[in-house]
Amino acid sequence: MKRWIPLLVFLVLAGFLAKGLFLNPREVPSPFIGKPAPAFSLPLVGQPDKIFGPADMRGKVWLLNVWAPWCVSCRQEHPVLMALAQSQSAPIVGLNWKDKDREAEKLLAEHGSPYAAVPDDLSGKVGIDYGVTGTPETYVIDKDGIIRMKHIGPIDPDVWKNKIEPKLKELGA
Amino acid sequence: MKPWLFSLLLVCAAPLWAGEAAPNAEDPVIEQRMIKLAEDLRCLVCQNESLAGSHAELAEDLRREIRAQMKTGKNDQEVIAYLTERYGDFVLYRPPFKPVTYLLWLGPLLFLGLGSAIWYVTLKKRRGLKNEPVDEKNLAAAAQLLDENK
Amino acid sequence: MIPELGHFALITALILALTQAILPLWGAARGHTTLMAVARPAAQAQFLFVGMAFSCLAYAFLTNDFTVENVARNSFSQLPEIYRFTATWGSHEGSMLLWALILGFWTTAVSLFSRHLPDDMVARVIGIMGLISSGFLAFLLTTSNPFLRLLPAPADGRDMNPLLQDPGMVIHPPMLYMGYVGFSVAFAFAIAALMSGKLDAAWARWSRPWTTVAWAFLTAGIVLGSWWAYNELGWGGWWFWDPTENASFMPWLAGTALIHSLAVTEKRGAFKAWTVLLALIAFSLSLLGTFLVRSGVLSSVHAFATDPARGSFILGFLAVVVGGSLTLYAWRAPKMLSGGAFSWFSREAMLLANNVVLLAAMASVLLGTLYPLFMDAMGLGKISVGPPYFNAVFVPLMAPALFLIGVGSLTRWKEASLPDMWTRLKWALAISVATGLLLPLTLKGFNPWESLGYTLAMWIVLTVFIGLRERTRRGARLLSLPRAFWGMQIAHLGLAWGVAGITLVANHQLERDVRMNVGDHATLAGYTFTFQGATEFPGPNYRAARGTVEVSQNGKKLFTLYPEKRIYNASGMPMTEAAIHPNFFRDVYVALGEPLDSEAKTWAVRVFYKPFINWLWIGGLFLVVGGFLAASDRRYRIAVKPIKA
Repeated sequence: MKRWIPLLVFLVLAGFLAKGLFLNPREVPSPFIGKPAPAFSLPLVGQPDKIFGPADMRGKVWLLNVWAPWCVSCRQEHPVLMALAQSQSAPIVGLNWKDKDREAEKLLAEHGSPYAAVPDDLSGKVGIDYGVTGTPETYVIDKDGIIRMKHIGPIDPDVWKNKIEPKLKELGA
Repeated sequence: MKPWLFSLLLVCAAPLWAGEAAPNAEDPVIEQRMIKLAEDLRCLVCQNESLAGSHAELAEDLRREIRAQMKTGKNDQEVIAYLTERYGDFVLYRPPFKPVTYLLWLGPLLFLGLGSAIWYVTLKKRRGLKNEPVDEKNLAAAAQLLDENK
Repeated sequence: MIPELGHFALITALILALTQAILPLWGAARGHTTLMAVARPAAQAQFLFVGMAFSCLAYAFLTNDFTVENVARNSFSQLPEIYRFTATWGSHEGSMLLWALILGFWTTAVSLFSRHLPDDMVARVIGIMGLISSGFLAFLLTTSNPFLRLLPAPADGRDMNPLLQDPGMVIHPPMLYMGYVGFSVAFAFAIAALMSGKLDAAWARWSRPWTTVAWAFLTAGIVLGSWWAYNELGWGGWWFWDPTENASFMPWLAGTALIHSLAVTEKRGAFKAWTVLLALIAFSLSLLGTFLVRSGVLSSVHAFATDPARGSFILGFLAVVVGGSLTLYAWRAPKMLSGGAFSWFSREAMLLANNVVLLAAMASVLLGTLYPLFMDAMGLGKISVGPPYFNAVFVPLMAPALFLIGVGSLTRWKEASLPDMWTRLKWALAISVATGLLLPLTLKGFNPWESLGYTLAMWIVLTVFIGLRERTRRGARLLSLPRAFWGMQIAHLGLAWGVAGITLVANHQLERDVRMNVGDHATLAGYTFTFQGATEFPGPNYRAARGTVEVSQNGKKLFTLYPEKRIYNASGMPMTEAAIHPNFFRDVYVALGEPLDSEAKTWAVRVFYKPFINWLWIGGLFLVVGGFLAASDRRYRIAVKPIKA
C-alpha cells in the first residue's frame, strides 16, 4: 500500500500548516514561567533616592508591566491599565524601559499613573534579565515571587477577562 | 640633515599625516569572538537576522552584554546559557540536541538511509527482471531506418 | 476607469479559465473532439485577458494613480520609472497577478507548441492548467484584488521598500515565477498521464523539454536572488536559509531530481511512476512555497503582509490540488508497469542514486524549515532553525551527489563494468584528491571541508573533459555532438565552478570593521583603502551621504569606490548601498556604517575582500545556459513522421 504514502505525508503536513495559521511564529515564549522573578534594585522615576525591588512585593500577587514613553502601543494600553488600577486589587508596577529622553515623569503626570511604583530601567539591563524583547509586556507574579504568566503586547479588556483575571483569581489575588 | 632636526620635523608633521584607521571595536579579539558567537544567535526583534548583523537596539544591547560577559572571562557556553535562560532556545539558530529535536538532527540521516534502502531494494528487484525479447520484425525495420538516415 | 477595466478583465479571465478547464477535460474523458478543441483558444484568450489586467495595473503604477490602494501602498511619485513599473509585482496582490500572467503565458506556449501531441493529451494538459489558473484568479478576485480603490486618494504613495529598488528586482521575481509556474506544465503532463493511463517513453520525451526550461528559469531566479542579496544587503552574505529562500530551493532540488529521472524514463522506459510522482512533488513544493511566504505561518524577512484569510484560501487550494493529485497517483500509479532490467552498476542506478540524495536534501530542508512550526503546533515550545543547522546538514548531503555527477555521466545504460570505469577514471580521481589536499596547504592551512570542496570541483571538471574526449574519440566532431550532451556538460561544469567559488570564498574571505576619519587608511588583503570623507548627495527619491574611498595596491592607485548611506524620502527608511569593484578573481567591497560623530566626519566603515565570489554567478550562468541548451536538442523539435507500413 505504499502508493498511499505520499498522500498521507501531505495530509499530516497540511494538518500542521492549518494549525500554524492560528499561531504566531514571532512570539517568543518566556522561559521564566514557574521560576522566581529575577531580583533587581532600581531607583524610582521622579524619586531617585527611593529603591525598588521585586522583594518589596512579597506576599502580594502583582503585575509587572514593562512599558516606555516612546512606545505607541503602551499609550493604547494606558487607559485600560488606569481602569484596572481602580477596579481591582493586584498592584501594577510599571518598569520604565530604556527611557533615554527622560519623558516618563512628565507623561505620567499629564495622563495619570496606574502604577504602584515606577522603577527606572534606563540601560535596559533589567529588561534583558527578564527576557524582554519589546514593549508592552506584562508579567503576573505570585505571592512567593514566582513568575506565573507573561503576556506580550498591550492588555485589552478581552485579554484581561480571558487570560489575566482568571490567573489572578487562581493565585488568590 | 641633523638627526635632531629631522626628528623635530617628523614630530611637527605627525598631525598632518593621517593615520591607520583604528578598528571600530575596542577590543578586536573579543569582538571577533562575539561576532562569531552572535552569528549563530537570532535577533529577537528583527527575527530573520542574526544577532551579529541586526541593527535593532535590543541587538546592540545584547551584543554589548555579550562583550561584557566575555571580558569577565566567561566562555562561549556560559554566554549561551545566559541568553537561553532569559530568552529560551528560540534565540539559538543552532537548535540544541535534546529529545525534542532528535528527529530534526537525525532526520537527514534517516532520509538518506531510507533512500539508500529503497535504492538497494529497487535494484535487487531489477536484476531479477528479464528484458523483453526483441521482435525480429522490429529489429529489421530499425536496421532499415538506420540505413536510410546514414 | 483603467483599474475597473483591469478588474473586469480579471473576471473575464476567470470565466475563460473555467471554460478552459471544464470543457476540454470533459471532452477528453468522453472522446468528444469539439470539446477538446476548446482548450487552445480558451487558453490563449484567458492569457490575453490576464495580460490586459496586468497592463491596467502597470499603467496605474506608471501614471502614479494613487486612487488605487495598491499603488498608494507600494509606490511613490519620485520613484524612478523602472521601479514604478516593477512595483506592479512588488506587493502580494501584484505578485499573484504576475503568477496568473505567467501561468497564462506557459499555457499559451503549450497550446502553440503541441501540434505533434495527441488531442486528448493536449486537452488534459491545458485543462489541468486551466484548473490551476481558475484557482489563482479566484484567489485574486476574492482575497487579493489589486484594483481596489482608495478614496479619498492620498497625495502621494507610501513608497516601495528601498531594498526592492534595485535592478535585481526587475528580473528576479519574473525569472523565479517562470520557474515555479513552469513546473505546472510537468505537473499537468503527469496528471494527464495518470488520467489517461498512458505513460510511455513518448510521454517523457514530450514533458522533458518543458521541465528543463522551467528548471533553467528557476535556477536563474534563485541565482539572481542570491546575487541581489549580496549586492543590496551590505553584509557580504549571499544565502541565509531564510524560509523564503528555502521555499524556492526545495522545488529546485525536486526539479533537478525530476530532470534526471525523466532521462531514465525517456531512454529506458523505467521509473515511470516515480517520475510522475516527482513531477507532482515539484509543483506541489512550488505551491507550498507560495503558501509559506504569504500565510504568516513562518516568520521571514521576505514575507508579504500576512493575512490568515489569505493563508486559509491558499491552504485550501493546496489541499485540493496536491491532495487531489496524490490521490489520483495512489489510485492510478500501480497501473503503470515499468519495464527493463538493469544492474546495480548502470546509469539507471546512478541516476536513481542522484534522486535519492537530492530528495534526502530536499526533505532535510523541508524538515528544518517546518520544524519550529511542528514543535509550536504540538505545544513543545519554540525553537529556531537557522544557517548552522542547514549548513551542517546540507553540505555533507551534497557531497555524494557531486561525486555521482562524475560517475553517472560516464556510466553505460543497463550494465556497466566497474573495472572498466576504474581504468577510465583512476587518474581523474587521483588528481582530484591531490588538488583537494594540496590546495589548502598552499593557501592557508588544512580544513577537511575545504579539501572536499576542491576535490569535488576538480572531479567534475575532469570527468566532463573525459566525457568530451571519449565521445570525440569515436570519430564524432565536438561541435556536432548533440545539444543535450553539451547542455549536460556545461551545466555540470557550472556546478563545479560554483562549488569551487563557494569553497574559496567561504574559507578565504576577509573583512575589517574600522572607524575612519578623512585621510585615514585601512589595509586588507594587500589593498589599502583611504577614506576621503563623505558628502551630501541627493538622489531621485532619497538623500545620501556618499563616501569616497580610494583603493590602492603597493602605492599605486587602482580605483575609487563610492559607498552610500541613503535615507529614502517617503518612508524615512535608511539603507546601505555598498560599493563593489568586481573582477574575475575577487570582489573588493566597501560599506558605509554609521557616522561616529555629530558632524559626520568620522564614519564606521566595513571593508571586505571576497575572493572568487563571482565564480558563483558564473557557475549559475552556466547551469542556466546548459539547461536551455539541453532543452533545445534536435530530438524535441523533429516532428514525428508517420511510419509507412
